[in-house]
Amino acid sequence: MLTFILKRALSTIPVMGVVALTVFLLLRLSPGDPASVIAGDYATAEQIAKIRTQLGLDQPIFIQFAHWLGDLMRGDLGVSIFSNLPVTTLIGQRIEPTLMLALTTIVFSVVVAVPLGVLAAWKAHTWVDRAVMVFAVVGFSVPVFVMGYFLIYGFALGLHWFPVQGYRSPFSEPGQFVSHITLPTLALSAIYIALIARITRASVLEVLEEDYIRTARAKGQAEIKVLLRHALGNAAVPIVTVIGLGVAFLIGGVVVTESVFNIPGLGRLVVDAILKRDYPIIQGLILFFSFLYIALNLVIDIAYTVLDPRIRY
Amino acid sequence: MKLNRRTVVAGALAAPFLARPGFGQAKGSVLRVIPHADLKNIDPIWTTAYISRNHGYMVYDALFAMDGSLKPQPQMVDKWETSADGKTWTFVLRDGLSFHDGKPVTAADCAASLVRWGKRDAMGQLMFTAVDTVSGRDAKTLEIKLTRPYGLLIDSIAKISSNVPFIMPKAIAETDPFKQIESAVGSGPFIFRKEQWVPGSKVVYEKFKDYVPRKEATSGAAGAKLAKVDRVEWLYIPDPTTCMNALMSGEVDYYEQVPGDLAPILAKAPGVKIEVLDPIGSQGMMRFNHLVGPTNNPLVRRAIMHAVNQKEVLAAAVGNPDYYHECESIYPCGSPLETKAGADLVFPPSIDAAKKLLKEAGYKGEKTVILQPTDIPVSSAFALVVGKACRDIGMNVDVQAMDWSSITSRRAKKDPVDQGGWNMFPTWWIGGDLLNPLSNASLVADPTKAWPGWPTDQKLEDLRAAFAAANGIDAQKKAAADVQRRSIEIGTAVNLGIFFVPVGYRDNVKGMIPSPVQFFWNMEKVSA
Repeated sequence: MLTFILKRALSTIPVMGVVALTVFLLLRLSPGDPASVIAGDYATAEQIAKIRTQLGLDQPIFIQFAHWLGDLMRGDLGVSIFSNLPVTTLIGQRIEPTLMLALTTIVFSVVVAVPLGVLAAWKAHTWVDRAVMVFAVVGFSVPVFVMGYFLIYGFALGLHWFPVQGYRSPFSEPGQFVSHITLPTLALSAIYIALIARITRASVLEVLEEDYIRTARAKGQAEIKVLLRHALGNAAVPIVTVIGLGVAFLIGGVVVTESVFNIPGLGRLVVDAILKRDYPIIQGLILFFSFLYIALNLVIDIAYTVLDPRIRY
Repeated sequence: MKLNRRTVVAGALAAPFLARPGFGQAKGSVLRVIPHADLKNIDPIWTTAYISRNHGYMVYDALFAMDGSLKPQPQMVDKWETSADGKTWTFVLRDGLSFHDGKPVTAADCAASLVRWGKRDAMGQLMFTAVDTVSGRDAKTLEIKLTRPYGLLIDSIAKISSNVPFIMPKAIAETDPFKQIESAVGSGPFIFRKEQWVPGSKVVYEKFKDYVPRKEATSGAAGAKLAKVDRVEWLYIPDPTTCMNALMSGEVDYYEQVPGDLAPILAKAPGVKIEVLDPIGSQGMMRFNHLVGPTNNPLVRRAIMHAVNQKEVLAAAVGNPDYYHECESIYPCGSPLETKAGADLVFPPSIDAAKKLLKEAGYKGEKTVILQPTDIPVSSAFALVVGKACRDIGMNVDVQAMDWSSITSRRAKKDPVDQGGWNMFPTWWIGGDLLNPLSNASLVADPTKAWPGWPTDQKLEDLRAAFAAANGIDAQKKAAADVQRRSIEIGTAVNLGIFFVPVGYRDNVKGMIPSPVQFFWNMEKVSA
């Protein structure tokens, strides 16, 4: 196992290298020029050229790449062209809200979706099953921003139970954290509840047909024990895969929720940076996201061995 | 509702999590504002971004400032005089001026700040063509020596919009003007708390208790700058609907730019008010490329100008007729230099007249590329409506959608349209940027200095120079009218009319200052 982890860790290096090169080239070859944005409408071509020189954008692409790579090796992701702040500082300021939103969403989704999926499988082809599947279809179909505004109008503006927007840290204001994170979590969870519930239902349904389930029932085990211990335990691998991928997608894909609820997270940071062509931020964040994806995949692979002893690397 | 033990316990457990306006936020007089944009950098000389200019007004002070009638008034200056030959100006600073670090403001600080500004700002660069030296004669006396009289010296250093010649400590002002300053130490009414700045989310300013305001009443950027709240927080919220909801719920006090479609909803919301504070509004503009066909033909440009109906453009871009009006002047209607000179060449709009001009121009269906910034709704609508007007007169139009950042690099291309070039792009300016022929970037007709579009016209350049030399408002008005006539003759840009963006605020917020630029001094929150 240790060898497997080491191998996987080492394999991240070439993957990150390819990501770094691709991102760098894509950005430099796509239209848009931060120097023109900075210079404003009154600037002459000469002034724009001076700003390009100041930013090092007048150098050949391979030299720019070499500089960036050199900084990267030293753990320096560069400095934002616009705010002049280190990219690591900006990521540090924004990572907590995104991680917290991802965490609360995935925990809430799992807590709701897994029992729902097991229930739907247990009561397959009954009204309970159909009700869960209807909920799943709705969860998939309603865009997150519609869900978000619906919740805001109902619970924030109507009932005044929750704030409309903003984020508070759980480490300094735990009560306010819960108050501020509830609606975004509910809005973002809908799709994940739908996804995980469907996968859980399908996996458990398949397992329920197995001989060992029939054997367990024949031995007179309680139905709840059959479902949770024998069925769910053996159906866990695909469910964990979906949950793991869900976490990865959540971290990179919460931009709509962050915008609707004004959560200052990484999603908004990357969108703002793309609109302004703030190259160091875009490069740093995409590398960061890639690293997270690779790390999460590794964690999922390791989880397989715990959940299914037959899997060995 | 019946109260029992279970209800009470449930309520007690839930209480910390329930939201109430302002709950969990700092106590005291805090003004929470949704600004029009995110503060991405703190150097108002390095960038022309309006949000950095507004940041500048919070933190810095200026020698002169425009009052509510857009006339220059002394701000940091107590008294000033000019020599008989008009070539030496001396300014004496008023007493009590100090920076946020406690050091006194000196004439040397002012000189260094003006020099840096003069290297970046368009009006500053023009002014400095007439400047011999800028220096501190003593700690409180600034001296500007000119090589020739320059009628617009005070107007230039009193300019209201980007770049404003804010006064910084000498050590900071000596930073290369093409490099950002790293700290924001000013002598203005608020102190910037850099350690609390979260780009993309929050900017915090605290009252500068040692600021000595002027005695005169507040008027525009001039007069007394009274910081009436202890703290101002700019909370950037990118989604307009979320901004609206936050204002309605009382989580913020002030929303700087309410989109036209949300204004009617906010106007009916309890506890919320909507108001237009900008007396002259913003002007839409469609810029021509003079180098590339078919818009390199002056008659084609004139035809397009004649075809465009401001009312149709503004109805599409703004919607609510309360927030726009037509204006035939290139200087905003209601501003001191407003004129109709030359307007008869292209007003009133006429498709027939435009078609006739197009025929005279010898237009033969060449492709006309309009760049459409889809991430700026107002400008995006400008592109679509002007595109339709061009099609209505028989032009072959290609409206190309892209984001604004792409346009800023694409518009620098001078190639023909089939090699990535362009013919027109839309934009808009606040009226404060267009007050005179020197601050209006579209009027520069020297191709080495011109804004993308690159008109080449010596006569227009001479007329702008004549304006710069004009002394007194009557002479300036005449010179400005001459500039406008010539700019319409050669077709520098299509004037798309004036629109206004209202502000929204809770009804306990008072003291807003009518001006083209948003200021936060004088504003306060009163008890209901």
